[in-house]
Amino acid sequence: MPYIPHTPEELQEMLNVIGVTSLDDLFADIQADMRPKSFNIPEGKSESELTAYFEEMAGKNKTDFINFLGAGYYDHYIPKAVDALAQRGEFLTSYTPYQPEVSQGTLQSIFEYQTAVCRLLDMDCANASLFDIGHSLFEAGMMAARHTRKHIWVVDEAINPIWRKMLATYSANQNVQIVTVPHNNGISDKNALIKAIDDNTAAVMVQNPNFFGAIDDYTEIFAKAKEHKALGVISVYPVMQAVLKTPGEMGADIAVAEGQSLGLPLSFGGPYLGMMACRKELVRQMPGRIVGKTNDLNGKEGFVLTLQAREQHIRRAKATSNICSNQGLCALRSIIHMALLGPEGLKRTAETSMYLARVLADKLAKLPNVSLLNSAPYGNEFAVKLSQNAEKIVSVMAKQGFLCGFPVGQYYQGMENVLLLSCTEKNTEEQIDKLVTTLGGLL
Amino acid sequence: MRTLFDKSVKGRMAVVPAMPKKHAEDMLPHNLLRAKPAKLPELSELDVVRHFTQNSHKNFSVDGNFYPLGSCTMKYNAKVIEHVAGLAGFSKLHPLIAQLNHGEQYTQGALQAVYEIEQYLCEINGMKAFTMQPMSGANGEFTGVMLIAAYHKDKGNKKTKIVVPDSAHGTNPASAMMAGYEIVNIPSKDGMIDPDVLEAALTDDVAALMMTCPNTLGLFERHLPKIVEKLRKIDALLYYDGANLNAIMGKMRVGDVGFDVVHLNLHKTMGTPHGGGGPGSGAVGVSERLEPYLPVGRVVKNSDGTFKLNFDYPKTIGYIAPFLGNFAVYVKALAYIMRLGKAGIPRAAEYAVLNANYLRKKMDSFLNVPFDRICMHEFVSSPPEGMKALDLAKALLENGIHAPTIYFPLIVHECLMFEPTETENKDTLDELVKLMQEFVEKGKQDPEFLQQMPLTTPLRRLDETYAARQMILKQEEE
Repeated sequence: MPYIPHTPEELQEMLNVIGVTSLDDLFADIQADMRPKSFNIPEGKSESELTAYFEEMAGKNKTDFINFLGAGYYDHYIPKAVDALAQRGEFLTSYTPYQPEVSQGTLQSIFEYQTAVCRLLDMDCANASLFDIGHSLFEAGMMAARHTRKHIWVVDEAINPIWRKMLATYSANQNVQIVTVPHNNGISDKNALIKAIDDNTAAVMVQNPNFFGAIDDYTEIFAKAKEHKALGVISVYPVMQAVLKTPGEMGADIAVAEGQSLGLPLSFGGPYLGMMACRKELVRQMPGRIVGKTNDLNGKEGFVLTLQAREQHIRRAKATSNICSNQGLCALRSIIHMALLGPEGLKRTAETSMYLARVLADKLAKLPNVSLLNSAPYGNEFAVKLSQNAEKIVSVMAKQGFLCGFPVGQYYQGMENVLLLSCTEKNTEEQIDKLVTTLGGLL
Repeated sequence: MRTLFDKSVKGRMAVVPAMPKKHAEDMLPHNLLRAKPAKLPELSELDVVRHFTQNSHKNFSVDGNFYPLGSCTMKYNAKVIEHVAGLAGFSKLHPLIAQLNHGEQYTQGALQAVYEIEQYLCEINGMKAFTMQPMSGANGEFTGVMLIAAYHKDKGNKKTKIVVPDSAHGTNPASAMMAGYEIVNIPSKDGMIDPDVLEAALTDDVAALMMTCPNTLGLFERHLPKIVEKLRKIDALLYYDGANLNAIMGKMRVGDVGFDVVHLNLHKTMGTPHGGGGPGSGAVGVSERLEPYLPVGRVVKNSDGTFKLNFDYPKTIGYIAPFLGNFAVYVKALAYIMRLGKAGIPRAAEYAVLNANYLRKKMDSFLNVPFDRICMHEFVSSPPEGMKALDLAKALLENGIHAPTIYFPLIVHECLMFEPTETENKDTLDELVKLMQEFVEKGKQDPEFLQQMPLTTPLRRLDETYAARQMILKQEEE
């Protein structure tokens, strides 16, 4: 019996103690007419059969593409020490650290994670994680709505469209209204964003680099938000944040990020990591767990979960959010990853990714029938305009072994010929040459 | 206690990526760059490995300790499920490939995994369809209530309230609020929903009742058939909080007995690890009438046996996750389910209930067990008058056993809630009983003995008030 240790003798002894004759007697409350109408699942597999089954299933996925697909989720190198440490049973199989005397390993790691997130994003306070960036954006919007007691979110259309879909889904039954400000050929329309902010605005939300890879300075937008007592929310890419102007420097009130690029495998969509940080004044509006420093009875320093009066297990319907389980182990992976790379390693990762993107962009732009979508500054990702439907090109290129980017027309009408490409430090100039040659042959 | 930042030495490096051919200053205008580098820790690889290894020793974990933690189902997390979820064929797969034109052909294994776990969960729970998108139990609750709201809106029903028993997890009312409902709390009677109180609460504007069954007292809801009948009369739906599914899987299917929507906590019931707080997976199952509203994309099986992603569901509530949820978590759950199979699933429930009842019987001579009847996978109890649940919990920590859940549910005085799970052996249970009995006896003679506990854990009791007042939430830069 997998994972059940009882011997027949022990079973009998335990039934005797309880005073019943069979295991099924324990389920007398479930009357006959409430028993399963069917239970048609296969018999269990042995561990070796199971392993073979999943190895075959995993083998049906193609993972040896030459990859230039990002669109919010990036294939950066993950040092082996991340797995070795985060997979330790002491971290992996522990519970939420509600008993701090025996959870200092987890608690200290979260405190270190919070510190690193604050330093990377240049903000005052961070929480212990939310589910992903889409969820973080929604919770940031709700923080703003509570804090300002207003209900309009001004949202840049150049924010990743999948995250905007999550924003719409999550807020559908809330008293908030989303005003989407169209982008201008892949560049955030800052004038239009500024115009859209007024006294009814609770939050203005932007992304840097935006979905199309364009990098901007949103200082003026957050200044305008401040004038109208609205909050500035920015979504950033943590690896690029090693070099880019910070949310703090731009005057953002809440910064969120998809932490996947810091030590999490792509894993077909999850688990990922919703990072969130804010200005100190907003900390009581922040959802999710937060770790704080304190002392024990002997005066030794340690950590506990704190400010729990915000949370559902205390406040129930009046909590800042319903979140309970978060992405703890993903946050642990990201602090291990950041510790291994350090400021210099993270900066080099960002810079090499950016450099390769420039090599790629220059070579692509020389192809006939390819032009850069715009002349905005970019990091490791940029969009090009092709002479034909990008979706079709991507599909043909995949057959040749390339993931040549994301065809944005799927989410932006009228941009059917636009292709979004990204590089990470794992790409090589040789791969770039192959891609350009193959693509050139098709266009 | 030294943090990563205390140990940092300027110029030290662990992973050393190649020197970039260009620096940011040569690639971007100055006004788009940060003024100074982020002060992340600078350490060698051994520094980092030793730091986290030493810190890991300060944790209790299922691998190292018995966790009779009520409501959390801290069962053993099999090692084989970690292996399969970590296979490169899964872990290296970019989620957007499946959305590319003809891209599904490159992700057939992953789509198959999603399809198969949905099929298993449908059959185990008697539901019509499942979505794997919700990323935690509470996220599943939110999804479920959003589906309920979509159903009523579509039918033109004017519904504004959700009924939640006072014994429910705090996430229930919080999730229903997020989905736009007012909460009606109803008190329980003898550990059960009181049908008369429920009747009075069931006005025409009630959208649904959220139920945990067995409830958080560890008791099976005896009035279930009556409750279902009452709800049907006003077209209100019945929501099943699957936190306690471990008690009944294979013994009852929630779809068969009238539940319209259910969220599962795969990180509890289906043996995936808790990870120190997450990630979990909060899969949601629905009856036929709620299926049109499920989140997109959905995995569909073609007539030739291949799989594809379909986004074309006009009534969908939208996107709960960016893609298909915490994929690597529920691949583990799928492996667990397939390992146990038809016989193993109900057997897990049987032995979970056996272990809980054995503990209950063994402890009722020295703890107050308020409900003297067969419990399900967990039971609640109170210490003798004058003794604190907290003190007993801390005494267990001193002896290498994790505390039970304490002070929940709120309706039990000084509540100690034990859930041993099926994977613990009799010796471990006997050890817990012996220790608890000793503590209760010593506590009666010498109350200070318990109040001092724990003594030799990595830290002793911590000052939570100080933490809340000081609000030191990060390490300041020097």
